[in-house]
Amino acid sequence: MTEANAPDGTAREAAGSPLTPVLTRRWLSPESWSLRTYEQLEGYTALRTALSLHPDQLTELVKAAGLRGRGGAGFPSGVKWGFMPKDRSRPHYLVINADEGEPGTCKDVPLMMADPHSLLEGCVIAAYAMRANNCMIYVRGEALHCIRRLHHAVREAYEAGYLGENILDSGFDLDVVVHAGAGAYICGEETALLDSLEGKRGQPRLKPPFPAQAGLYSSPTTVNNVETIASVPHIVNGGSDWFRGMGREKSPGPKIFSLSGHVERPGQYEAPLGTTLRELLELAGGMKDGIPLKFWTPGGSSTPLFTADHLDVPLDFEGAAEAGSMLGTTALMIFNETVSVPWAVMKWTQFYEHESCGKCTPCREGCFWLAQVLERMVQGRGTEQDIDTLLDVCDNVLGRSFCALGDGAVSPITSGIKYFREEFLALCESNRGQDTTEEPALAGVAR
Amino acid sequence: MTEQFDYTTTEHVLTPGGQSPTESEERAAAGEAVFGERVRAEARSIIERYPEARSALLPMLHLVQSVQGHVTAEGMSFCAEQLALSTAEVNAVATFYTMYKRQPCGRFLVSVCTNTLCAAMGGDGIYRALSEELGVGHEETAGTPGEEGSVTLEHAECLAACDFAPVLQVNYEYFDNQTTESALETVRALRRGERPLPTRGAPLTDFRDTERQLAGFFDGPGSEEAAEASAAAPETVRGAELARERGWNAPPVPDEVEFPPIPEKK
Ligand SMILES: Cc1cc2nc3c(=O)[nH]c(=O)nc-3n(C[C@H](O)[C@H](O)[C@H](O)COP(=O)(O)O)c2cc1C
Ligand code: SF4
Ligand code: FES
Repeated sequence: MTEANAPDGTAREAAGSPLTPVLTRRWLSPESWSLRTYEQLEGYTALRTALSLHPDQLTELVKAAGLRGRGGAGFPSGVKWGFMPKDRSRPHYLVINADEGEPGTCKDVPLMMADPHSLLEGCVIAAYAMRANNCMIYVRGEALHCIRRLHHAVREAYEAGYLGENILDSGFDLDVVVHAGAGAYICGEETALLDSLEGKRGQPRLKPPFPAQAGLYSSPTTVNNVETIASVPHIVNGGSDWFRGMGREKSPGPKIFSLSGHVERPGQYEAPLGTTLRELLELAGGMKDGIPLKFWTPGGSSTPLFTADHLDVPLDFEGAAEAGSMLGTTALMIFNETVSVPWAVMKWTQFYEHESCGKCTPCREGCFWLAQVLERMVQGRGTEQDIDTLLDVCDNVLGRSFCALGDGAVSPITSGIKYFREEFLALCESNRGQDTTEEPALAGVAR
Repeated sequence: MTEQFDYTTTEHVLTPGGQSPTESEERAAAGEAVFGERVRAEARSIIERYPEARSALLPMLHLVQSVQGHVTAEGMSFCAEQLALSTAEVNAVATFYTMYKRQPCGRFLVSVCTNTLCAAMGGDGIYRALSEELGVGHEETAGTPGEEGSVTLEHAECLAACDFAPVLQVNYEYFDNQTTESALETVRALRRGERPLPTRGAPLTDFRDTERQLAGFFDGPGSEEAAEASAAAPETVRGAELARERGWNAPPVPDEVEFPPIPEKK
């Protein structure tokens, strides 16, 4: 495959191993999910250290490490923890976002299957830092085996004294509840998640107030992603300088990159932030069957598409943004030349239409009409004007929606048209006058 | 989530055409019979997990599905009664989430991912083939719901298993790296009442048992083994394996870690 074998054009800042298994290292061990294995591999040692420190030292440590949220937005975790009030006049809550629903994203599910205790250990440390005695793990309902694994792990942890009252004789108490969702992408948005956790329809809340002021049951709450929290024990054991020894200045640390689609060896590759797709593709054996790369997402379908011109973009929060996209969840969905961009964009738009929670008009109506127009184009009944209509509607959704789902929904469309306008045009041209096709004119090609 | 627009706050929509008081009394009586003491006790134990009772609603709706195979009007009344909510409030929630089924579900729920990545890798074709084979469309059931061999088909959004594309789930267990042939084989076996092994996750039981687990009850026969069922897969450990082969590691952890001082109060 040409791209994958091309000479490396960029030098990464920190020299070192191309792959840096930290979160994924234990996954290779037999029964890696069991407490026994976890304890043999330094499990719960960070907890002992953490409980001997002052809670605020942990928040400072996470700040110093520069850990940024792995759920998509990349907000500095230590700063977020610092927003939690220090007094305990109301109960504090830690909520783990294990709703993993962003198309392309498939890192938290394997993490919870393979190493549930690393998440739990992170939960206890984070809860201690934020003075929370309750932690809820909101797992998407379709991830049944993760839910099962977590239940099992929670039980093991209670029995071993890592959860419950007076954890390891520290005087700190923590209860953890594993909660199954019920199938709604929007519940991954943190305030919608909180409403859902309160037994309501999962619809986003107006911010402010932010969850740290009024979150779950109107009490101080922090919502963090699975991978974010699972990183915390490693930071406690390794320290902030060690963590910063991987990745880049503003985006430090290792990150699980999920490669899927037309690549020889799809899977989870943990590498320093700032690694490029060219490097990752090489590790993953290049493009499937050598068919050249056409487009890809750096971090799920809500992050604007990239093309073969972006192979050397450093995949960290700054690098992806400077190149016109976002790092998102580092879900690298890779599509080769056989896939039609308008078709892919239509499919994603149908997803957003289905998952729009209906709370605000720009997103609810916009997604509906965008899907209609795209379906018409792909069916071969589009006109050049449709492209302008699409962009016009996108303009009215972007920045005008109540939550980030709306912004995400227009990403594939605007970036698709930006890089592949001819393909949309060709769809109108080639189908002019023959508008009764039943099958999409350019379907995604099955293998 | 288009169903949400069916929702109004008036209770009569639960049974279209309205209902007389006697009918609703009958329904409550039926609910009594369906949701016996054991289920009530389970509902209470769900409520106890949470600082506030209403948080129990989502798991409780899963519990309702474990009893009846879908969310019925009695089921919603039952939840409402347990949580001191109106049935309209429960209805509003039940209709919001795709995993709550409004029609009786088969023993096996087959969910085919047809989101873009899976679709491009063959998922759309798999869905079409299964739909043809079973003679049903989205959220429809082949066979008699609840009976052995009954299969409900649905197309699903991204199932967080894209590195295994195309994927499907049966009762929310993963069948990875599917082809049209392998998916057809799986579904034919299900129709015969067999339980083919998932690629990752626990052996199949049936939809109602699955829903019991989603309600948070992991006490059925085989649940211990289920929790320990393998989920190892080459895709999951690809990076870690490659790093081991090549001797690549994260920087070594220092012996002594220095922690920041306790910040001074402002
Ligand atoms: C529509 C939408 C879906 C989201 N889905 C998820 C998700 O599945 N998992 C997740 O961790 N964050 C998701 N997020 C981001 C969360 O709102 C939130 O930023 C994140 O959980 C914070 O955790 P972090 O700071 O550790 O990243 C989603 C956001 C939006 C707008
Ligand atoms: S942007 Fe979409 S998902 Fe978000 S609140 Fe508005 S309708 Fe709901
Ligand atoms: S697209 Fe099918 S599992 Fe993600």
